[in-house]
Amino acid sequence: MSAPTAFRRRYGASPLHLLLVLASFALAVYAGLRLFEGDTVGVALWFVGAALLHDLVLLPLYSLTDRAAQALFIGGSDDGRPAARVSVNHVRVPAFVSGVLLLVWWPLILEQVGHYTAATALPADGFLARWLLITAGLFAASAVVLIVRTRQRSRSRRQARNATERGRGRG
Amino acid sequence: MGESSSGQPPGGTPRHPHARASGNADGASEHGPAGRAATPGKSAAAEETSPGPVARLGARVKSAGSAGPPPGPARPEFWRSPLRGPWLTAVFGLVLLFGITVLFVTGLLSYAAYNPDLAAVNDQTPDKGWLGFYLFSWPTSPYWLYRLTQGVHVTLGVVLVPVLLAKLWSVIPKLFEWPPIRSVSHAVDRLSLLLLVGGAGFEFVTGILNVQLHYIFPGSFYTLHFYGAWVFIGAFVVHVTFRLPRALRALRRRLGEPAAGTEEAAGLVAPRPAAPTISRRGALAMVGLGSVALLVVTAGQSIGGWWRQTALLAPHGRDPGSGPNGFQVNKTATSVGIRPSDVGPAWRLTVRGPGRQVDLTYRQLLTMTQHEAALPIACVEGWSTTDQQWSGVRLTDLAALVGLGVRTPEVLVESVQRGGSFRSAVLRDNQVRDSRSLLALRVNGATLSPDHGYPARIIVPGAPGVHNTKWVTRLTFGEPA
Repeated sequence: MSAPTAFRRRYGASPLHLLLVLASFALAVYAGLRLFEGDTVGVALWFVGAALLHDLVLLPLYSLTDRAAQALFIGGSDDGRPAARVSVNHVRVPAFVSGVLLLVWWPLILEQVGHYTAATALPADGFLARWLLITAGLFAASAVVLIVRTRQRSRSRRQARNATERGRGRG
Repeated sequence: MGESSSGQPPGGTPRHPHARASGNADGASEHGPAGRAATPGKSAAAEETSPGPVARLGARVKSAGSAGPPPGPARPEFWRSPLRGPWLTAVFGLVLLFGITVLFVTGLLSYAAYNPDLAAVNDQTPDKGWLGFYLFSWPTSPYWLYRLTQGVHVTLGVVLVPVLLAKLWSVIPKLFEWPPIRSVSHAVDRLSLLLLVGGAGFEFVTGILNVQLHYIFPGSFYTLHFYGAWVFIGAFVVHVTFRLPRALRALRRRLGEPAAGTEEAAGLVAPRPAAPTISRRGALAMVGLGSVALLVVTAGQSIGGWWRQTALLAPHGRDPGSGPNGFQVNKTATSVGIRPSDVGPAWRLTVRGPGRQVDLTYRQLLTMTQHEAALPIACVEGWSTTDQQWSGVRLTDLAALVGLGVRTPEVLVESVQRGGSFRSAVLRDNQVRDSRSLLALRVNGATLSPDHGYPARIIVPGAPGVHNTKWVTRLTFGEPA
C-alpha cells in the first residue's frame, strides 16, 4: 500500500469514502425531510428504536435465555468426563425457529389486530393454536433426533467396549 | 449463543495474546482499568497510519478521562462466542446484499405499479419530488407481473428476518467498540450505520406490521415505507461499497477465522472465546432453518390454490368461504361502509366522457356484450389469488358509449365507498385499452358477492389489487376535471 496521504491521516479514510458518505447523507436528508413530515417525534422514535431493538432488547434477552439453557446442559456424563454441551442445541434450535415465527407474526398470533376479521372476512382466532402446535412439533422433532442420537451413541460405545474386551481376551 | 454476561475484567494472561506495536483496547486490560491509554486505532485503515491530529486529540480526551474501555461490552473479552468472525458476518452480509437488493427493486416496482405520476388519487406520496424519477407506465402484460413482484417482495422480506437478526448478532461487538469514535471517518461511518441499521429495521418492522393490518406505526404506511427505503438505501450502498471487498476476502480464506485483534478479524473475533457449543455451519443451518420455517408458513398465501392452506401463520392463509366468491378479500363491504341502499335497485353506473354522460342500470349493463378474462387479485400486502374467471363489459365498450371508440384515454374510477383509501383510482390508457380490462359483473360463473364489489368492479391485468376498484358507480374518461 502506498504511503498514507495527508488526507487519509487527517480524515481516517479515503476521499472516495467521504464523497460517497456525503452523497448518501444528502439523499437521506432529502428523503428524511419527507419521512419526518407529520409525526416527527413518532417517526424518529420508531427509526432509532428500530436501530436499537435487536442490539439492546432482543440480543440481551435471547443471550441470557441461551446462557440459562446452556447452564442446564453443563455437567458430567456417565463416564465421568464433562458432557459435550452441544446437546443444548436440541433446545436451542427449535426455540430459535419458534421464536422467529412469533417475532414476525406476533400481531396475528396474539390477536392484536382488532379489525382483522372485519376487513378480510377471515377468522382471527387459530393463529395462536397453530403457532403452539408448530412449536410442539418442533420440540417433538428435536426430541426424536435426540433419542436417535443417544441410541447411536450408546450403541457405538457398547461396540467399542466389546471390541476392547475382545482385544483384551486375545491378549 | 454463549455471551459472557459477567463483563468482568479478564484475569491473568489473555489466552490469545496479540500484542501489537500500536497497542489496542486489549492491551489496556493487561494494565487493568487504571492503565494508561493506548494509541487508538484497533482495525481497518486507520491503524496503517500514524495518528492524525483528530486521533491525537481523541487520545488526549481519552487519557484525560479513563483509560481503555470501561468494564462491560466495550471490552473485546466481554464477547465470548467462538462463532463470530469475518467469515460468518460475510456469509450473512452477502445473503442480505442479494436479498435487500431484490427487496428494494421490487419495492420500487410496486410503487410504479400504482401509476402515482398519473393522478393525485393514485399518489400516496405527493411530495416525493425526484424520488419518483424512474416511474414508467405500468404494463398489463404479463398479467401476473404484480402478483410475482409483490409476492416476492413480501415473502422474501419475511424470510430474511432471521438473516438480518443473525447479521446484527454477528457484529454486536462493533456497537460497543472502544473508543466510540476513532477518527472523523469513523464518526461519519457510525452515523451512516445508524441510517443503515435503523433504516433496515424500520423497513422490516413497518412492512411486517402492515401485511398483518396492524397499523400502529406513526403515519401512513406508504409514506413511511417509501421514504424510509430511500433514507436506508444510500447508507446501504456506502456499506456495500466499503465492506464487500472485505467480505469477499473473508470468504476466500480457507484457514478458519483470523486471530482476534488482527486487521482481518475486523474487531469481530473473540479474544477469549468460550468453548463452542455449535459449529459455524451449525449456526448457519439454524438461521437457514428459521428462514425456511418462515417461508413454509408464509409463501402459500401468495401461491394460492392448494398451497394456501400451508401458510399457517400468514394473514391470508385461509379462504373466506367456498363457492365462486370464496376467494381472498382485501376489505369487506361492511368494513368500508357500503350500505345495501348504495348497491340496491337505485344503483346506477354513470359513464362520462367529454361533454357526454350515460347512466346505466345493472340490467342494462348485463345486456351489453359480456367478455371474459382470467385474472388474479394481487395485493400490496403480498397475498394473491390464482386466476379467477371474470366476466363483464370491456372498458373500451363503455368508453364507446360516450363517443370514445378509438384511442381510449385514461379513466377515473369512483366507488360508492364513503371512507377509506383507494375509493377512487385513475387507470392509464394502456390499462383501459387492454381487451382483458373489464367492468366485471360476474366471477367464476356467479354474480359478484358484496365483498367482491357487487354490483360491478374493475379488473385490470397486472394492476395492484386496490386499483381493481369495487362497488364502482362512476367512470370518467379523459382528463379528470
